[in-house]
Amino acid sequence: MLSYILRRLLGVIPVMLVVGVFVFSLLHLAPGDPAAIIAGDNATAENIARIRASLGLDRPFLTQFFDWGGGVLRGDLGVSMFSGLPVSQLIAQRVEATVSLAASTMFVAVVLAVTLGVLAAWKAGSLLDRAVMGVAVTGFSVPVFVVGYLLVYFLSMKLRWFPVQGYRPIADGLWDWARHLVLPSLALGLAYVALIARITRTSMLEVMSEDYMRTARAKGVATAPLLLRHALKNAAVPIVTVIGIGVALLISGVVITESVFNIPGIGRLVVDAITRRDYPIIQGVMIVFAGVYVLINLAVDILYCFIDPRIRYR
Amino acid sequence: MTTLAATLQGLRRYPTVAVGGILIALVTLAALLAPWISGDPLLLEPVNRLKAPSAEFWLGTDSLGRDVYARLVHGARISLLVGVSVAAVAVLAGALAGLLAGYFPRVDAVLMRVMDGVMAIPAILLAIALVALLGASVKVVIIAIAIPEVPRVCRLVRSVVLSVRNLPYVEAARSNGTRVVTLLRRHILPSTVPPLIVQATYICASAILTEAGLSFLGAGTPPEFPTWGNMIASNRMFLMLAPWTVFAPGVCLALVVLAVNLLGDGLRDRLDPRISRSM
Repeated sequence: MLSYILRRLLGVIPVMLVVGVFVFSLLHLAPGDPAAIIAGDNATAENIARIRASLGLDRPFLTQFFDWGGGVLRGDLGVSMFSGLPVSQLIAQRVEATVSLAASTMFVAVVLAVTLGVLAAWKAGSLLDRAVMGVAVTGFSVPVFVVGYLLVYFLSMKLRWFPVQGYRPIADGLWDWARHLVLPSLALGLAYVALIARITRTSMLEVMSEDYMRTARAKGVATAPLLLRHALKNAAVPIVTVIGIGVALLISGVVITESVFNIPGIGRLVVDAITRRDYPIIQGVMIVFAGVYVLINLAVDILYCFIDPRIRYR
Repeated sequence: MTTLAATLQGLRRYPTVAVGGILIALVTLAALLAPWISGDPLLLEPVNRLKAPSAEFWLGTDSLGRDVYARLVHGARISLLVGVSVAAVAVLAGALAGLLAGYFPRVDAVLMRVMDGVMAIPAILLAIALVALLGASVKVVIIAIAIPEVPRVCRLVRSVVLSVRNLPYVEAARSNGTRVVTLLRRHILPSTVPPLIVQATYICASAILTEAGLSFLGAGTPPEFPTWGNMIASNRMFLMLAPWTVFAPGVCLALVVLAVNLLGDGLRDRLDPRISRSM
């Protein structure tokens, strides 16, 4: 198992190297002078020269890449063109909001989806099953901002149950923090619920047709332990896989959800950077999010060893 | 072509394909006929700001007094164009990469590492970066959304190639001295077509969603083109006063994506029961 984990850990290096080369080269693949592109249409020659020097664009390509890559490894993501502050500092200020949103979404989605998936598999073919699968197909098709505004319109504006938008830091009180996260998590979580519920149902149905399930039923195991201990535990591998795959979906969704609900997170940082052409911010956030994606998938791979010991022999 | 005949036969047996197909056909027709079946989507009439749906304005007017119905019908053009183009670009590039990776083990080692890396970059962020660098245009949006889809297509095609490359008929063709290009095109490529059709449908659906997301964030097509995403973004401040300005494009978007997904599910059941839905 240790060698499997070690191999997986080493596998991160080439992937992140590709990400680094890709993200770094984007700036240089653009036709024309990157400094002039960043400076915008009305820039003076002086301005362009300043940007070129501050980004180190006047040096050879490989020197630039290794300088930048070395910086990233030390946690230095460059300096924002607009505010002059270090990108890593700007990201750090906004981590709490983004992590809160992502974590609460993940929590809500996994709890809802696994419950619905197990129930649907248990009562396969019933009205409940068809309803859950209907929600799963639809949930996959409705964009997060449409779900978001539907929830805001009915639950916040009409019924006044939840705040319309905004974010409260966890330090200002747990209740306020949670209240502001309910609608964003539901909106962002719907696609995730759809994905996980579908896989849970399929995987559960597969396991439930195994011989040992019939044996367990025959010896009189009650329904709840039968479903949870015997079936769900053995159906877990595909479910955990899809949770890992879905992280990509979640990361893209976070950027949009933060705009819908006006949450001052990393996603907003990037969106604000578009109009300001603040490329170092976009670059930094891409690297950070790609890193998070790779690490979560690594964690999922390692988790397999504990859920299903057979996998380590692959 | 047997695939076509099978698909037509499947339409009767799989109602989801029929429902999805009819919806898509209607929206496509509306998009093509947009200038003839609706008014001017850009006409500003400040007197008519935020008018509720009526006989004159079927879906009301937005905050600048523009006809929501006209904008909706014109917006369908961008959504469909981006959806179909992204699917085409991603499938072509991914199939080529997948054929090479599946057939040449040396290419495989390098190419799959690159694909793993590209897959790690979130689609929305990549698109934001490209739009910030290259400026907003439909072409940039199509390329930006297509790039992250390429690895998925590549993996799919690669797995099919790996499963057929050592089958007796391929072996026979190889020992007859068939050139590699002909071998790939005539003997291996056809096996990849059914799963590719299904995958292309799913890519189309997700591309329509991503395009709307980008337009919503202001990183999509230039704001003067009406798109469903920027219609929602520009009217969101008026959600309370004029919900139709936000929900008309929202519901359209959801319906079209649902239709394409249903079509994909139906095609998958018919063409290729093995592949499961990823993403």
